[in-house]
Amino acid sequence: MPSAHDVLFRTLADPTRRALFERLCREGETTVGALTARAGISQPAVSKHLGILKQAGLVRDRHAGRQTHYSAQVGALAPLMDWTSQMAGFWQSRFDHLEDLLKRMDQ
Amino acid sequence: MSDAATETLSVVVEREIPHPPEKIWRALTQPHLIEEWLMKSDFKPVVGHSFNFRADWGAVDCQVRAVEPNKTLSYTWEAHGLESVVVWTLTPSSTGTHLRMEQTGFRPDQQQAYQGAKYGWPKFFATLEQVLARAE
Repeated sequence: MPSAHDVLFRTLADPTRRALFERLCREGETTVGALTARAGISQPAVSKHLGILKQAGLVRDRHAGRQTHYSAQVGALAPLMDWTSQMAGFWQSRFDHLEDLLKRMDQ
Repeated sequence: MSDAATETLSVVVEREIPHPPEKIWRALTQPHLIEEWLMKSDFKPVVGHSFNFRADWGAVDCQVRAVEPNKTLSYTWEAHGLESVVVWTLTPSSTGTHLRMEQTGFRPDQQQAYQGAKYGWPKFFATLEQVLARAE
């Protein structure tokens, strides 16, 4: 579970990628060309970011002729919304700290 | 989505800890010790006592629900839209104590929860790592 969080956080930590993802969420399916026109970076750079978003499961691509269309997969954010997986990681690390403290209390 | 948003879920973490319940109880209930492994707080082991856990990313609002020294401790835990109850159970074992934490609750507002996840937790974990680094 924590690794799924890590991937999502790492992927969305980049402001350019986050902007691309947010735009796909807002505007629906969009071509790489249309995304590039307003991204302020080159098409290869946009494609690279889209590839990373795709690896994280945040976008899906669809090829039609010479165009590649991307759409947002909002469901991929579910692990972030599931408080139980967040808290499980939280408490596991707290148990580690507690055990460290108990060892120190021995001394 | 609205069903899922109010669904009651729980998290259970259990561990065998090679220390007696009395000692773990101190770590769970004395603020200067709680701060060492969890967060700063004005906790008192008194049923009905309202207190906070505080970190630089925000606070958790709590109220003590049950206190049975060396055996059970329970408090409410409200933060980032999460309304929950934390129950600690200490059971003596041959090697020390079986420590169990169960947190049960729900998030009434998924959007708020998502904002909490997006902004609160990465910062929290970053802080946690700093604390860990200092501790070692």
